[in-house]
Amino acid sequence: MKIEAGHSPTSPVSIHDLTVAYHRKPVLWDVDLDIPEGKLIAIVGPNGAGKSTLIKAVMDLVPKASGKVMIYGKSFKKQRKLVAYVPQRESVDWDFPIDALGVVVMGRYNKIGWCKSVRKRDTQAAMEALDRVGMTDYAHRQISQLSGGQQQRVFLARALAQDSTIYFMDEPFASVDAATEKAIVKVLRDLRSSGKTVVVVHHDLQTVREYFDHVILLNMRVVAHGPVDEVFTDANLKKTYGGRLTLLSEAADRLARH
Amino acid sequence: MSVSHSISDARRSIPSWDELVRVLTLEEYNTRVVVLGVMALGTAAGLVGTFLLLRKRALTADALSHATLPGIAIAFMVMVSFGGDGKTLVGLLLGAFVFGCVGVLAILGIRHTTRLKDDAAIGIVLSVLFGLGLCLLRIATELPNGSAAGLSGFIFGKAASMVASDAMTMGMVALGTAIVTAVLRKEWTLLCFDEKFGEVQGWPVLWLDVVLMVLVATVTVIALQSVGLVLAVAMLIIPAASARYWTTKITSMLIASALIGCMSGWLGAVGSALIPRMPTGPVIVLICGFWFVFSFIVGPNEGLLIRQVSRVRLNRRIALQHILRSMWEVCEDNNKSEFALESIVHVRSWNKRTVLKLLRYCAKKNYVTSLPTNAWRLTEKGKAEASRVVRNHRLWEVYLITYADIAPTHVDRDADMIEHVLGRDLVQKLEALLDSKTIPLSPHPIGASE
Amino acid sequence: MMWSEIDTWIIVIGALCAAGCAIPGTILVLRRMSLMGDAISHTVLPGIAIAFLVTGSRDPMAMLIGAVVVGLLTAFLVQAIQSLGKVEVGASMGIVFTVLFAFGLVLMRQAVDHVDIDPDCVLYGSIELAWFDQDPDGLGIPRGAIVNGVMLLANLIVMLLFYKEFKITSFDPALAKSQGIHPSFMHYLLMTMTAATAVAAFETVGSILVVAMFIVPPATAYLLTNRYGMMFILAIGLSILAAALGHVSAITVPTWFGFSGTSTAGAMAVATGFLFICAWVASPSQGVLAKLWHRASMRLRVIREDILGVLWRLEERGQQQLDALQLSEAIGATRWMVLVALRGLQKKDSIAREDAHWSLTERGRIRATKLVRAHRLWEIYLDKHFPQDSHQLHQSAERLEHVTTPSMYSSLGDAKEDPHGSRVPGDE
Repeated sequence: MKIEAGHSPTSPVSIHDLTVAYHRKPVLWDVDLDIPEGKLIAIVGPNGAGKSTLIKAVMDLVPKASGKVMIYGKSFKKQRKLVAYVPQRESVDWDFPIDALGVVVMGRYNKIGWCKSVRKRDTQAAMEALDRVGMTDYAHRQISQLSGGQQQRVFLARALAQDSTIYFMDEPFASVDAATEKAIVKVLRDLRSSGKTVVVVHHDLQTVREYFDHVILLNMRVVAHGPVDEVFTDANLKKTYGGRLTLLSEAADRLARH
Repeated sequence: MSVSHSISDARRSIPSWDELVRVLTLEEYNTRVVVLGVMALGTAAGLVGTFLLLRKRALTADALSHATLPGIAIAFMVMVSFGGDGKTLVGLLLGAFVFGCVGVLAILGIRHTTRLKDDAAIGIVLSVLFGLGLCLLRIATELPNGSAAGLSGFIFGKAASMVASDAMTMGMVALGTAIVTAVLRKEWTLLCFDEKFGEVQGWPVLWLDVVLMVLVATVTVIALQSVGLVLAVAMLIIPAASARYWTTKITSMLIASALIGCMSGWLGAVGSALIPRMPTGPVIVLICGFWFVFSFIVGPNEGLLIRQVSRVRLNRRIALQHILRSMWEVCEDNNKSEFALESIVHVRSWNKRTVLKLLRYCAKKNYVTSLPTNAWRLTEKGKAEASRVVRNHRLWEVYLITYADIAPTHVDRDADMIEHVLGRDLVQKLEALLDSKTIPLSPHPIGASE
Repeated sequence: MMWSEIDTWIIVIGALCAAGCAIPGTILVLRRMSLMGDAISHTVLPGIAIAFLVTGSRDPMAMLIGAVVVGLLTAFLVQAIQSLGKVEVGASMGIVFTVLFAFGLVLMRQAVDHVDIDPDCVLYGSIELAWFDQDPDGLGIPRGAIVNGVMLLANLIVMLLFYKEFKITSFDPALAKSQGIHPSFMHYLLMTMTAATAVAAFETVGSILVVAMFIVPPATAYLLTNRYGMMFILAIGLSILAAALGHVSAITVPTWFGFSGTSTAGAMAVATGFLFICAWVASPSQGVLAKLWHRASMRLRVIREDILGVLWRLEERGQQQLDALQLSEAIGATRWMVLVALRGLQKKDSIAREDAHWSLTERGRIRATKLVRAHRLWEIYLDKHFPQDSHQLHQSAERLEHVTTPSMYSSLGDAKEDPHGSRVPGDE
């Protein structure tokens, strides 16, 4: 399917001609799409396809070579409060001296504001978030004593404590246990039913149909995007994961030396 | 020329009781100044050092302190050329501060514009700027006005040269540091734990980082006079690293770190005042080092001792559960309530001595009794405990087979590991899940996977 | 400037010392363990202090053994604290070397009555006085030169003996282990080399400036070459150059400002830094200037190719040719850049000028055809794999056409018409 050039100002996230390069090597090329509201959206593609980079670029965490991103028609800077982020679990030091509740309270920091200490209602909100992921019993555990899946749930709870409209999650299902996977899926569905938009970087093709409504197939460029039923086809997957795209990465390497 | 002058250069003998009391109660003016000064320094360094350590910037701070030397020399020369005597402390420290910041910027510059990594960037800045400092210091000694002789005191520290106003400065800096740390505690925690998340939330992470490094530079600069630039970094990181073994909370870590820094300052200054020819700076660092070793060994959070003890305990618990299960299974197989030692040796790949040792341990716990016929028998208590262990184990096996698609032959080993972390509530959940209160039969021939 | 035999010997000793340090230093930098060199050179101090206290003399062998033992202890403790105590490696080094250094300082203060040691020497070294320290039967060769020379030789031998072992353990420790080379053996061998070198060099340049000798010349070499062997040669060469440059500037530069001279060891460290900055700015492959130049010339090439493309498309449509100003508007580059690009094309005889208007020559047309062909083939390729609207296809192809290699051409395939319906020119 062809993507329309016109963008909707009411789309939660609309990405215009976005190109991102690391050391001048493009990892995302001319990505152009609108993300629909109130849906669970998976970003799917092979390793190095730029999945994480895409959501990081949306949140201004990596510099854009060109293009722009609008959150409900305005720049990310103005709409920060609407966005919650679940980074990859490996991105932090889990030996850090803090307990699970302390991590979740971080989700409230921008509501608390500069230099003020954590209020009672923030702790309460954090406890509620922990409850939603089934981690109340572990609130006062030091984070290094949690299992991988539990750590992931703490990260999810932190995003929930932000109480945002759009959620970006970077591989939340990566190497978690079955209980965590179930807990995350439940949270995702809760979020959808309360009208939130959730964008998830996902690596497991088997579960895409079951968990998500919408899918973005990515391999440096957008191969296809749309409702799972229409877009998540064998032909499109072959295009996304097929070896035919080496030509593009070869060109990207040459551009890096450019 | 000496490394540094301790407070008690003249004294040679072992301190008398009177002396001890006099020093400890800070009766002497000189001692009072030095002790209070380094205590303030230790507190400030402990506070800032906590975040420095969590930000993984320990050696950047080392480069920073070495980079202050040319700043000191240049500040001296500038002050002399403007007609001063060049020894105004504030001026020298200002120069040191500026060059400390230059050093940090140079590290960032090298890291971002070349393919060299952090380690090389730090090493280059540290050694080259220190060399430059030595060159300038030598030149400074030739200046016609003013004497640069005391400048080298900043290298190894020269606590004896401290006067009341210096101690006051240190106190003010310590107070300022404590206030900034208290105010920015939440923000710095976020910066150190998850910078990217903070950025998405809209915190100015770059500026938070800059404020942290400026504070590190300030503390380093006030440490120069007493501890010296070579050892300044020790004051920043060792108290913080020691505090980590005592707590898992950032607030208590800050307090512990400040306390350790303060105590080390006090003990170091007092020690060097009492014992002849003990340079203050190195003694303070040695005492910090002692705190670290102490915390490293006995600290309740990840300390060496506590980890060793809990490992031994866990191993023993696992072994106990293994042998109980083996005994139970052997009895189940033979339909008897007694068994020979060899049959256990046969089931488990343990040697006879280990099994015998474990059996004696079980006997002590009243789980088994040894029979005169060279056989053993499970007691009632032992039977109860063994059946609990076996039930746990088999519940797990069934759970894994039913829910996790694991081939039956692989289950036993997995269950061996998992059952030891299985709590009571989980067992109940499993029971409900499997709808089975009795002990399920083992889904594979017993002993097959061992 | 008065040059004497002493100055020559100072440079010789400095060069031998620096070259000796460059060998373990290169491996340290490659293994990203530069700061281990820093830590170990600090802990030379307690090593020699202990040796002094035990033997009561300045016996070089005792000093060497003392320093190597404490150096290895440093390496061991750093690793132990890092792995057992869950402390980050930088902090672990910081803890170990500061505490050991402080211990050394205290020992020296305590020992000051018993043995004749000069703590300043620890800091600055005594290279200026090295010439006077001669053995009676030393044939006029200063002791410093012998010590550093022997150390250099020893390091050379170890490096050549374990050349490929160091290479493989630095690059891929797991692979090394699978081939029977023990990474921890190599690690401690390197640490021994570092400690021994540091103790040999500390009398010459002092225990902190040794760090400059260890790290800076190899880091400079790292910016100049991509080859493992070449890095050793360059590092040694640079360190010798820095020693000479350091001493010469120590006795000349201050005289320009009316001072008599400065610390040679310090100046040698500054000289290594100076050479590093030179390489940082002007390295042919990695330097800041080279990168800027490369970027600018690439930008110009893109503009030249864009000009050819624009002119070709105008010809295709039979439209009027453009002048420089119009071209710069069509391409979206500054007029100044376009003028430089036009000059370049004209020189290569790719375009010709009539009045103010530019048109393709026969040669230029062949190049332009190739470019337009690449552009349109890319559009076909992208359209097939990543369906998007035509504006975006054009934009991406615009960038891709400049990096199309002959091998890519063949994989792009063949077609007659692009997605916009334009003809794909033939590949003649």
